[in-house]
Amino acid sequence: MSVATGTKAHNPRRHAGARKRSASVAIPLLLAVLAATAIVALTVGAAGIPLSRLPAALGFVRDGAVDAVTARDQLVLWSIRIPRIAATAMVAGLLAAAGAIMQGLFRNPLADPALVGVSSGGALAAAAAIVFTDSRFGGTLRFLQTELLPLAAFAGSLLTTAILYGISSRAGRTSIAIFLLAGVAITAITNAGIGLLVFIADDRQLRDITFWLLGSMSGATWTKAAALAPVLALGLVACAFIARGLDLLVLGEADAFHGGVDVERLKRISIVMVSAMTGVAVSISGVIGFVGIVVPHLLRLVIGPAHRLLLPASVLLGAILMVGADTLARTIVAPAEMPIGILTAAVGAPVFLGILLRQRGLASL
Amino acid sequence: MSAVIEAHALTKRAGRATLLDAVDLTVTAGEMVAIIGPNGAGKSTLLRLLSGDLRPSQGEVRLKQRDIRSFTPRELAGHRAMLSQHVNVTFPFTVEEIVLMGAGDRPREAGGLVDAALHEVGLAHFRERQLPTLSGGEQQRAHFARVLVQLACGEVAHGPGLLLLDEPTSSLDLRHQIDLVEAARRRATAGTAVIAILHDLNLAIRFADRLVVLNGGRLAADGPRADVVTRETIRDIFEIDAVVHQAEDGVPYVLPQSMRAAPPSRSIL
Repeated sequence: MSVATGTKAHNPRRHAGARKRSASVAIPLLLAVLAATAIVALTVGAAGIPLSRLPAALGFVRDGAVDAVTARDQLVLWSIRIPRIAATAMVAGLLAAAGAIMQGLFRNPLADPALVGVSSGGALAAAAAIVFTDSRFGGTLRFLQTELLPLAAFAGSLLTTAILYGISSRAGRTSIAIFLLAGVAITAITNAGIGLLVFIADDRQLRDITFWLLGSMSGATWTKAAALAPVLALGLVACAFIARGLDLLVLGEADAFHGGVDVERLKRISIVMVSAMTGVAVSISGVIGFVGIVVPHLLRLVIGPAHRLLLPASVLLGAILMVGADTLARTIVAPAEMPIGILTAAVGAPVFLGILLRQRGLASL
Repeated sequence: MSAVIEAHALTKRAGRATLLDAVDLTVTAGEMVAIIGPNGAGKSTLLRLLSGDLRPSQGEVRLKQRDIRSFTPRELAGHRAMLSQHVNVTFPFTVEEIVLMGAGDRPREAGGLVDAALHEVGLAHFRERQLPTLSGGEQQRAHFARVLVQLACGEVAHGPGLLLLDEPTSSLDLRHQIDLVEAARRRATAGTAVIAILHDLNLAIRFADRLVVLNGGRLAADGPRADVVTRETIRDIFEIDAVVHQAEDGVPYVLPQSMRAAPPSRSIL
């Protein structure tokens, strides 16, 4: 496919040199930008906390009694904003890294967990949790909805992956092409299921489902952030182990094997990682698109495609973009809040199309 | 010389079709063997079975006296390197990054090998170019450099290894065809067992110690060039009329005369 080779530069030699320099400073630079973005996100919101009050609000300055303003700032920061920023950063990191892994697995920069139905499997389970824990079907369970929703989304993502894996594996070998095509079919089935649930849902359920499908970080809590942290940590450790294998996989499965990669094991680990990372992220945030495609794609243009750097850099750039987008989502229509999924799609889709158009132009040279 | 790779009664079936039928082959250290034969003869299947990538339906492959199935992929990569016919890289890796992939887990120690391989294939000036921006032939040479680095790394650790080349000259101009086959020849002289599928009969005749002819999945001939390269063999295998001359140095060369399909006289093989 032509887009896959489309990252041709006008002067590739110059770009390769620039890429080497970018790669060496990428992680420190991204960490610095993430810190700056987080500070902006801490200060901006329905209750503004100017930079001058930030150290006291964070508890760094202790000069005796805490006044009422500082107490309010502390409450806003520690109960609402910090867990939300942490959860947003981690959700984005998981989505971006899962996208990068899946693209490496498919050797295709347009692959995404959403493409093979992992996200929509989670969405179907979440929509089912919303409808069946409410009113007509199981009103007594409504009090459990907050807890059940993320669990259901996670289980739905994992189940979808398990079914996909079962369909595409035969005699210990996984066909990536069948995985992709089965994913398209499963996405259609899950979308039909979501449609059915929307059809039978009452007004309140419909609103809940719609907001969840649009994606939002408004429900972020310390508990959710704590659920994300170990998955992200484990994911980052696992990324270090699969990075070289994913690099060699770009040569094709047979040549990766000739180069010493246990391709079947690499595929299994990658598929489990993608489903766990996407499942956990979607269970907290709802469906948020384009992060998994746009972030790794942009990074490849700047730092190159080597996964040892691409995967951790995707986590950081994903976090920067989503924390920024979430800050925008909760301020532009304040005191109301815009679902972040609308923003990521509104910004991500044109950026993505821009990349495609640029590549098309280069390809025709 | 000891056998580096042995295939016994190697058979591969796909559904009802038999791709390879009871093929025996032994290649020793320092030997360069060319596999020739028409399209669909089973050449690539044989090479993939010898590389451990495909499992035989029957028969076995032994690499350095050990069943090839008992090697982990990583172990296998230390003993044999293989250049595939087509490698399509979709992400913008540089030539140097691709060649470095041959070095396995120790890229830092392989800097010298990467430099040497890039010089050998004539791509030292393209090391920072993105691979997808190169021509098909240049990409093939970059992959050959990667395979040479893998072979060299393996031979440092385990002694002479096995180099498998599947139509390595298919995208190359004449000069680079010769360069590549000479590079493979140098490896054989240094002790590597080399098996290459070659479509150019004259290239195969000039550089290989032995020719293995496959036809319809069966071993049709296996021996030194003088025994294998005859007008009758060429007519039977490729169904063309050709004359076999001798160059000044005594090496035979084949000159196709016409595309006339001659009735195969299967009895001579």
